[in-house]
Amino acid sequence: MKVTTKDVEYIAQLSRLTIPEGEMEKFTEQFNQILNYADILNKLDTTGIEPTANVLPLSNVLREDVAIEGVSQEVALANAPEAFEGGFKVPRVIE
Amino acid sequence: MKYTTVIGLEVHSELKTKSKAFCSCSTEFGGAPNTHVCPVCLGMPGALPVLNRQVVEFAIRTGLALDCEIKKFNKFDRKNYFYPDLSKNYQISQFDKPICEQGHIDIEVDGNTKRIGITRIHMEEDAGKLVHSGATIKSSDSSAVDYNRAGVPLIEIVSEPDMRSSAEARAYLAKLKAILEYTDVSDCKMQEGSLRCDANISVMPEGSSEFGTRAEIKNLNSFRALERAIEYEVQRQIELIEDGGTVVQETRTWDDAKGMTLSMRSKEEAHDYRYFPEPDLVPVEIDDAWIARVKSELPELPAARKARLMKEKGLVDYDAENIVAVKAMAEYFDEAAKHTDDAKGIANWMLGDVSAYLNSENVTIEDFPIAPANLGEMVNLINKGVLSSKLAKKVFAEMLKTNKEPKVLVKELGLEQISDEGAIVKIVEETLAENPQSVADYKAGKDRALGFLVGQIMKKSRGKANPEMVNNLLKEKMR
Repeated sequence: MKVTTKDVEYIAQLSRLTIPEGEMEKFTEQFNQILNYADILNKLDTTGIEPTANVLPLSNVLREDVAIEGVSQEVALANAPEAFEGGFKVPRVIE
Repeated sequence: MKYTTVIGLEVHSELKTKSKAFCSCSTEFGGAPNTHVCPVCLGMPGALPVLNRQVVEFAIRTGLALDCEIKKFNKFDRKNYFYPDLSKNYQISQFDKPICEQGHIDIEVDGNTKRIGITRIHMEEDAGKLVHSGATIKSSDSSAVDYNRAGVPLIEIVSEPDMRSSAEARAYLAKLKAILEYTDVSDCKMQEGSLRCDANISVMPEGSSEFGTRAEIKNLNSFRALERAIEYEVQRQIELIEDGGTVVQETRTWDDAKGMTLSMRSKEEAHDYRYFPEPDLVPVEIDDAWIARVKSELPELPAARKARLMKEKGLVDYDAENIVAVKAMAEYFDEAAKHTDDAKGIANWMLGDVSAYLNSENVTIEDFPIAPANLGEMVNLINKGVLSSKLAKKVFAEMLKTNKEPKVLVKELGLEQISDEGAIVKIVEETLAENPQSVADYKAGKDRALGFLVGQIMKKSRGKANPEMVNNLLKEKMR
C-alpha cells in the first residue's frame, strides 16, 4: 500500500472535499490501484529523455497584444451565489 | 551578541501590456469591478488560455537589462491553492523552468558598490483584488472580489539573499524600479500595486555562515514601508532569540499604521502547491534571433544615462545618480537642460527645491506644475543677474501656482533686480545723506557700519538692488 488513509485525508483537505467516514477505505484502495497501474510506466527505461511538458507537437502558440471587450459585470456575476458592490461576495478570509 | 541581517527580495511587477497574459481582456487600472473579465480570467470550465506574445518579449527585455541568461525552453505550470482572489484555484506560473536566471544589479550604498545577485525571473499571472468589508482583512466579516486584475501579466524577480541592511534593500529596489521604468516594461506604481515587494528576512550571529530561519514579509507598498518593516522585523527576531525563543518560518504582513509586522495565519494551513505542467499551454521556444532582436532594441539604461550626464553635462556623480534614479526625472532634466547652458544649475534646483516640493506634496515629477523650459529659463535669469537667488525662490513659488514664464512673472511681480547703475547711485546717495553717523563710523574703521548701510539700501529698493553693485558703489562713495 503506497497511499494511506492519512494521505487521502490530506489530499481531500487540499482539494476542499469531504469524504464520508465510511468511504475512506474505498478511496484509499482506489488511489492505490491507480498508482499501481501508473507504475507500469516505471518499467520503461527513460534515461536521457527530457520530461514531456506537453503532449501536443506544438510550441509558440501566441496571441498579439490586442485588448478586446469581455463580458459585462451583470453576465460575470450571473452565477455568483452572492454579490456585493459589483464584486463576488465571499466569507471572511483570515482566521 | 551581534547579529547579521540577511535579506532577499521578491519583486512582482505588472507588465505594461494592453491585454492580459492569457486572454484579450484589457489590463487598464481602475474601472468598475468585474468589467475587464471574460470566461478565461473568470476561470469558467472549458475556457482555454492563449499566451500574449508581448509578455514573453517584456520578460526577455527585463532579463537582458538585468544581465540574466535567457532560457530557450519555456513552459508554464499550475500553482494550486484556494484563495478567493484566484478564480481558477490555480495560478499559471513558471515553476522549474523560469525564463531568466542568474542576473545581477550593482547598487551603491555609502559610496561602496555592491553586486546583488538575481536568482530568477519568471512569468505568471496576477490575481484579482479583495475589497474587505471592514478596515482591515482581520476585522472583516466578508470581502468582495473583483477579477479585473486577474490574469494581468506579472514578472516575479527573485534576488539572492545578498542584502545585509534596510539601506541595501532600498537601494536594490530603487535600482530595479529604475531599470523596469527605463526598459518600459512596467509602470512601477507602488501605490497602485503595479510594483510589489515581499522581503525574506532572517538574522544570524555575526560571523556565522549559516542563515537563520526566515520570515516572509508581505504588503510592502512603499520604500518607506520596506525600510521600516525590515528594521522592525530584524529587531523582533533578535529580541525573540535573546529571550530564548526561536524564529518560526512564516508569512507576516506589514501593518503600516501600527508600524509592525503581524503573523498571517490563513485558513489554508498547508502550503503544498502541487505544481504540475499547465496542460492547456504549449511550450515557448525562444531562439537566438529573438533574443538578439530584443537586445538590439534595448533602450538606454540608468547606468549609461548617468555616465552620459556626467560626461556631456558635467554633473557630479551624486547629482547624476539621483537624477537618473527615476526615468521621468531624467527626462525632465534633459528637457530643461535644452533651455540653458547651466545643466548643473538645473540639477541643483531639481535635487533641491523641486524634490522638496514633490516630497511635501507627495506627487511625482509627472505632476510637477512647472514646465521644464520654464525652469531652464529661470536658471538663465539667475545667471544673467536679473534674479538674485532670493528673488528666484519667489519666482519659483509663483511658477508652482501659475506655470507662467519666469520672464513674465519677474515683470508682473516687479521683481527685476535693479542693475541700472544710475538708479542704484541715486539710492546710495540718498541713504548716505540720511545716515551721516554711519558714514563717519565707517570712515573711522568700523566695518559693521557698511553692513548697516547695505541693509538700508536693500530695504529702500525692496530687495531688488544688485547687492554686488551696492557694495562696490558704497565703498566708492565713502572713500
